[in-house]
Amino acid sequence: MFPLSAFLISIGAVSAISGFLALLMVIADATIANYGEVKLTINDDHEYTVRGGKPLLGTLMEQEVFIPSACGGRGSCGLCKVVVEEGAGQYLPTELPWISEEEREKSVRLSCQLKVKQDMRIRIPEELFNVKEYDTTVKRIRDLTHDIKEVTLTLNEPNTIDMVAGQFVQFQVPEYELTDEPVYRAYSMSSPPSSTGEIELEIRLVPNGICTTYVHKYLKEGDQVTINGPYGDFFLRDTDREVVCIAGGSGMAPIKSILLDMLDKGINRRVRYFFGARTKKDLFLIDEMRELEKKLPDFQFIPALSEPEPEDEWDGEVGLITDVLDRHMESGDNVEGYLCGSPGMIDACVNVLTKNGVPDELIYFDKFG
Amino acid sequence: MMDWGMAMAIFFGAIFTNNILLTNYLGMCSFLSVSREIKTSLGLGTAVTFVMAATSLLNYLVYYFILDPLGLTYLRFIVFIIVIAAFVQLVEMIIERVSEPLYAALGIFLPLITVNCAILGVSLFMVIREYTLLSSFFYGLGSGLGWWLAIMAMAGIRQKLAKAKVPRGLEGAGITLIITGMMALAFMGFTGMININ
Repeated sequence: MFPLSAFLISIGAVSAISGFLALLMVIADATIANYGEVKLTINDDHEYTVRGGKPLLGTLMEQEVFIPSACGGRGSCGLCKVVVEEGAGQYLPTELPWISEEEREKSVRLSCQLKVKQDMRIRIPEELFNVKEYDTTVKRIRDLTHDIKEVTLTLNEPNTIDMVAGQFVQFQVPEYELTDEPVYRAYSMSSPPSSTGEIELEIRLVPNGICTTYVHKYLKEGDQVTINGPYGDFFLRDTDREVVCIAGGSGMAPIKSILLDMLDKGINRRVRYFFGARTKKDLFLIDEMRELEKKLPDFQFIPALSEPEPEDEWDGEVGLITDVLDRHMESGDNVEGYLCGSPGMIDACVNVLTKNGVPDELIYFDKFG
Repeated sequence: MMDWGMAMAIFFGAIFTNNILLTNYLGMCSFLSVSREIKTSLGLGTAVTFVMAATSLLNYLVYYFILDPLGLTYLRFIVFIIVIAAFVQLVEMIIERVSEPLYAALGIFLPLITVNCAILGVSLFMVIREYTLLSSFFYGLGSGLGWWLAIMAMAGIRQKLAKAKVPRGLEGAGITLIITGMMALAFMGFTGMININ
């Protein structure tokens, strides 16, 4: 028989040894790994006093400065790059796979791997100060076409967003059938900046897409959704040039936001909006666009179908969006281009625009990844 | 004097005749995955050597001063692993604090070592074979250097191999295991020169 005392002694001994080692770790954590308070300076003029010893990404998040990251700080996405001017030290082997030679010279670091151990000076894009994490509720889900849904989110905490028309947010997909960890996907907001308490996203179903499947199959009105943003530099530049917008599918979203913003702000530039689709069932928000044509002083909406069905009874433009665009372009001298859609469509349309004399640097686009 | 002679025999025996990786096939997982480049192999090999030498000493003390008197030798598997894990964690913290170049070179390998079975193997062999304190330390150090030798040799071979045409089905782990087998055969030539069991 196994005596009770032996049983107790073994439990006691293992507990004592583990307890002693745990105590040792706690002491080490408080002494060896204690880097005290350090000063974090961002873009020369923002100063934070933070506790040292933790990775930069998390430290910044505690100060409510959000750096875009898709993997949540495990060093597997390589997105959370920042320029560290002072106080970084050597590159770690876990950073190197993500850092190019050029970025090394500029001292770009992966903020989830780099720990804050001393006073640090870093540089991040100014607009990231405006990025926050939002708790939202799904207010409405509406079918725009057979495969595009418009999702309206009410912002709860914080309850307003300060964005520029054309920017995007990251949508957090919780764990479900297709993913065993939360993932983030970027979607442009189709609502204008004047709608501060509510945002709209247009989400097209991609077969087996992690986020799109979640939104199309699982998301219901009333559900809670976490987003962060706004991000992006796809917005209307402040010039007098004529605006040519080109979009396909859910590329409608940022363009719609820009158009509504122009209406809000009374911007009277000439705007032409080319929208490419295959058949009539891929077209959406036509009435809204026709309404805008009446409200904006010089706006023309030009939808084009590449393969109209006989039953569509389509009397508008027919052909690939590039051909339609080419037909309508006179001189590109006074034109600025804003494009949103698939990479193939954008590349083809950029070629048409430059061929017609639109300078390369005045063509702005938002490519779907 | 006897003791030192024995310790030296064990030390060299652990490196050559009874190489822990090539005769016991312990510590294979990190050996296979990290032996692609000489630089990282050097880092991991050095870290393994250091941790093996230090934990053999620590585990010796824990075994003979705590477990053995209490009659708890059957708990050695659990206790050894806990001691190794805590030690590695502590060393990582210290290196991170004290030397940044060293941390950049070794730091990320340290957590990998906690689960390196060769380290646990060394601690278990030394109590099974009833080594003295001195012998245990040199056994740990020797095994570490032996492991270092094996991974460095493999890294050298694999760097040459990168230019060779390997049949597609054997690329990666396949060819590495075959080479490890050949290396083990070569090291078998040393067996019997020193007996450390």
